[in-house]
Amino acid sequence: MAENRRIDEVTGTSTSGHEWDGIEELDTPMPRWWLWSLYATIVWGIAYVILYPAWPMIHGATEGVLGWSSRGQLEAEMQADAQRRAPVMNAIAATAIADLPAKPELMQAAVQGGAAAFRVHCVQCHGAGGAGVKTLYPSLTDDDWLWGGDLATIDYTITHGIRNPDHKATRTSLMPAFGRDGILDAGQIADVVSHVRVISRQEKPSASSARGAALFEANCAVCHGPAGEGGREVGAPKLTDSIWLYGGDRASITATVTEPRNGVMPRWNSRLDPVTIKMLAAYVYSLGGGEKAPAPNPAVASEGSGTEGLGADGQR
Amino acid sequence: MASADDPTGEHGSLYAARKGVYPKKVDGPFRRFKWAIMAVTLAIYYGTPWIRWDRGPHAPDQAVLVDLANRRFYMFQIEIWPHEFYYVAGLLIMAGIGLFLVTSAVGRAWCGYACPQTVWTDLFQHVDRLIDGDRNAQIRLANGPWKAEKIAKRTVKYAIYLTVAFWTGGAWILYFADAPTLTHDFWTGQAPPVAYITVAVLTATTFVLGGFLREQVCIYMCPWPRIQTAMMDEKSLLVTYKDWRGEPRGSVKKAEKNPGAFGDCVDCNQCVAVCPTGIDIREGPQIGCITCALCIDACDSVMAQVGRPRGLIDYCTLDDAATEKAGGVAPPIRKTLFRPRTLIYFGLWGAIGLAMLFTLGQRTRLDLSVQHERSPLYVQLSDGAIRNNYTLKLRNMGLRPRTVEVSLSGLPGARLWTDGGARETAGQSLRLPLAPDSVTSAKLFVVAPGDGPARQDFTIAVRALDDDPRGDRETIPFDRPGTEP
Repeated sequence: MAENRRIDEVTGTSTSGHEWDGIEELDTPMPRWWLWSLYATIVWGIAYVILYPAWPMIHGATEGVLGWSSRGQLEAEMQADAQRRAPVMNAIAATAIADLPAKPELMQAAVQGGAAAFRVHCVQCHGAGGAGVKTLYPSLTDDDWLWGGDLATIDYTITHGIRNPDHKATRTSLMPAFGRDGILDAGQIADVVSHVRVISRQEKPSASSARGAALFEANCAVCHGPAGEGGREVGAPKLTDSIWLYGGDRASITATVTEPRNGVMPRWNSRLDPVTIKMLAAYVYSLGGGEKAPAPNPAVASEGSGTEGLGADGQR
Repeated sequence: MASADDPTGEHGSLYAARKGVYPKKVDGPFRRFKWAIMAVTLAIYYGTPWIRWDRGPHAPDQAVLVDLANRRFYMFQIEIWPHEFYYVAGLLIMAGIGLFLVTSAVGRAWCGYACPQTVWTDLFQHVDRLIDGDRNAQIRLANGPWKAEKIAKRTVKYAIYLTVAFWTGGAWILYFADAPTLTHDFWTGQAPPVAYITVAVLTATTFVLGGFLREQVCIYMCPWPRIQTAMMDEKSLLVTYKDWRGEPRGSVKKAEKNPGAFGDCVDCNQCVAVCPTGIDIREGPQIGCITCALCIDACDSVMAQVGRPRGLIDYCTLDDAATEKAGGVAPPIRKTLFRPRTLIYFGLWGAIGLAMLFTLGQRTRLDLSVQHERSPLYVQLSDGAIRNNYTLKLRNMGLRPRTVEVSLSGLPGARLWTDGGARETAGQSLRLPLAPDSVTSAKLFVVAPGDGPARQDFTIAVRALDDDPRGDRETIPFDRPGTEP
């Protein structure tokens, strides 16, 4: 096409020699500085290839003179962040958990750290936000606690877990399988269920519930209390309130008395450091159901050895 | 590439070197106007960060400050939070419409007078004249060999370039932090790396764009000349060589010998000599013309010397050019300035400005945002009541600490408290202290009897307990069992 090139009269510039229906294209030369900027990008590219990982090889890329890697950068950033958080973490570690609420800033930091850890370790069962899963895992946001809802008690529960067979300090108890093991027959179970539904104000008293009251006194009161008020030292739920982990209707309570679940939670001291557990406790405490620490009273001190006991199931 | 049979010969190269532009010194009304604009714009740019403005103890005392770290923008009496960024968007829209307005009325006035590229290029060209002398001396020096004089002059000139460029880059960062503190930190090596990097980059760009690339930025890089072509019409002002009056060109002597055969143009080439982009305006309107009007000054002074009327090169619209060419008299400029198109642009521009001023005057400095927590939607409490959790955010945009009251209404028997409180002591309202110029975030718990509709809307309101009772309210749902999807 070069033979068609000519000088355009108006601009004094050569045409490219291309022509479409009388429309021609000017071959305006590029400015020289543009060429320099092209060379600059080439120099930049060569420098980059030398300095940074670039060529793909069989087992990874060339390393580059600077030795930079995205993993290394992440590691450095994580370390820098750990260093940044160190003072707060040390302060949390040095503070007894019951004293955290007295230091609002530290408490807030602990709640935030706990929220992060909760999303990693706890949501699988307890759900996002600690909502729990009906008939499986308890809600952590309400005002009812199986083992106690003050900071130190929550911390202990997370640390040692619930019903861990390999761990002495774990919280444990075992509600007998009244139905499966033949301790009570079907009629008796129906009577006990009637009684439980009466004390939780779901049914009116009946002949059945009157018979059940006696059976309750003999079989259940030792853990759940004579009035069904529950016993936290053995994780026996309160039976008189509106919160039912495994369901509060007749069929659900019957199933529970027949064959209790005796739910378990892993102990976390084998996987998490004490500060993380402390922060988790602060977070769970902050979800809305946190309780004040009980007045020191040997009768209600639930910490220490895992009390052996009977029934602890059916509710919450 | 140029081939052997290329008929264009010398036009074969793919790349063209820059042709040197050595604008001659000129004086006249437009040049003085440009001086004034340069003085004002540079004074604003370099000086603004140093203006102090007392806002009390809870805010910085710099009049104009873009505080990126704390996400605040201060401009004299006005403080803008990130969520009020629409004011900035409004300003940008005004700037856009303003450019439309200016372009349709007076053509590329922005390019010719106020564009930073023009102002700094102008500044650097004055430096050229200061060190190298006027046009002819500059050309001589540029074409001359690298001897002692040239080396010395170039060294001094580039040193001045660098100083101006550094000052320009340095002024930029002062808009983003307290100017005196940052200046001190900068020179003592304590400023953050980003400050040094920004200054280095802006020094380099100012040095290269203002010192060397100059008019090539306008011709090759800037999109605005292309966009402007769409904004202009036959009623927009252009710097026009009135060829019907000037042609054919001839010197004064020739005209004396042969009266009546020549136009007014004496072909002195002064319009070309003073042009900062190195074009010949007599070739007609072209993309290289930034309408700085220096050729008007040059031509007018020559016309005065030879005793001919001024305005051979003048601001003129395409319509007026056609009228004058046909022998008519062009209407006065104000008639072309005030026409429907410019008035509509001005109306839009002014309406946006007024709307922003109005909202600025109406805005409350206390803001409430309540978000319903979704996991869980509701919490069954042991006594049968239901609790809902919310995230409460209170923005105190005032520059003083305030105490506010948060209250609920429309939810019978309900009580509310925040973290740290307890249900036993909760009521229908609570008081919170708010730090000045801050967002306070709290977990809000609302408990209500369990019997009620599955979803019930109610209102959370906030009001300040001081002399300004204006507050904010938000209607949000309260969920009970039965709302699960």
